[in-house]
Amino acid sequence: MIDPGKAVEKSRESSSEGPSGKKILTAILFGLAFGFLLQKGGVAKYNVLIGQLLLQDFTVVKIMVSAIIVGMVGIFTLNRFAKVNLHIKPTRIGAQTIGGLLFGAGFALLAYCPGTGAAALGQGSWDILFGMAGLVAGSYLFAEMSGWLKKTVETWGDKGKITIPDLLHLPRLPFAYAAAVLLAIGLFYLHRIFPR
Amino acid sequence: MKSLMIVPLLCLPTLATAADFGVDATDYDGPAWSPYLVGAAIGVLSWLSFYFADKPIGASSFYATIAGFVGKVLAPKHTESLRYFKDNPPALDWGFLFVIFTILGGLLAAWTGGEFRNEWLHPMWVARFGEDSMLLRGVIGFAGGALMAFGARLADGCTSGHGISGTLQLNAGSWLTVIAMFLAGIATAMFLYTAL
Repeated sequence: MIDPGKAVEKSRESSSEGPSGKKILTAILFGLAFGFLLQKGGVAKYNVLIGQLLLQDFTVVKIMVSAIIVGMVGIFTLNRFAKVNLHIKPTRIGAQTIGGLLFGAGFALLAYCPGTGAAALGQGSWDILFGMAGLVAGSYLFAEMSGWLKKTVETWGDKGKITIPDLLHLPRLPFAYAAAVLLAIGLFYLHRIFPR
Repeated sequence: MKSLMIVPLLCLPTLATAADFGVDATDYDGPAWSPYLVGAAIGVLSWLSFYFADKPIGASSFYATIAGFVGKVLAPKHTESLRYFKDNPPALDWGFLFVIFTILGGLLAAWTGGEFRNEWLHPMWVARFGEDSMLLRGVIGFAGGALMAFGARLADGCTSGHGISGTLQLNAGSWLTVIAMFLAGIATAMFLYTAL
């Protein structure tokens, strides 16, 4: 069997260091496409974002789940044939539970999140500027505490780079296909309950 | 896992109808394009980003990079001594360029769709907090941004890095983070639209 991770690493090692011309072009094109899609998807709009958290408008979940289904099937298939590397971030139960809760509270206050906020700025929703100032300040505050956090909270429940199929001792590719089918069924019923 | 996903789905309609916030997010402009189409396209974008750039899509580190640059101007020695900036020295890298062009992508989409807003307060915010609420929006927006950035750095990702790129790789920690984000987000948003 091919070892997907290593196979790609070797063929791409030269291009991963330093911002080469091709790499810069991908950042420009993919960034443009991402912002364009977020705005067209309505998730740069205050009401759509806060409406999701008030459970009045399910656009955000529909976009996220659709992206997960399509992305998951493609990425795991490409990875199986050694065309892409996975980029699994470590699972840290303490830091991610606390960080996720803090993030969620902040998300509800601002309504825009870091990515949709960038699209909202392009869309001329100037209230994101207050939030962007806060995002920079909050990042610095984190950096200020990062030495201590790394020794404490970030060590709580550190499970390393692990996926859900790894946890269940199931093969990744079939699990990804099955999860995509389940999510698609979930999306179908979500649409029936919440047309928007 | 299947049963875990079905429980919240069953609860959603009851929650949504039980809560009355005096405003309805769906009274305002929704998405210009189908959320399923936009989500699927973001999924395809993730394939391209993994394949051509060997990078997952993410947004929150953009703000940490700016925080690092600002810190290096205002307090260079102190900033360089911080753990986070030692591990992640601020640089105009792929992720930074990506978010700059996300802003432009949002502009392009809004412009082509006749949706450029040029507004400081969204009508739904005004319906909830009144015309004369710029200071409140500033304070709440800044606090929200700060909380989000702190949470995103602690969890090592935001609604893009964990919510899309991490979940589609079935990363255990990303699913944990996203669940925590939405739980706190829903609770805080409902508080914001009833209690204040």
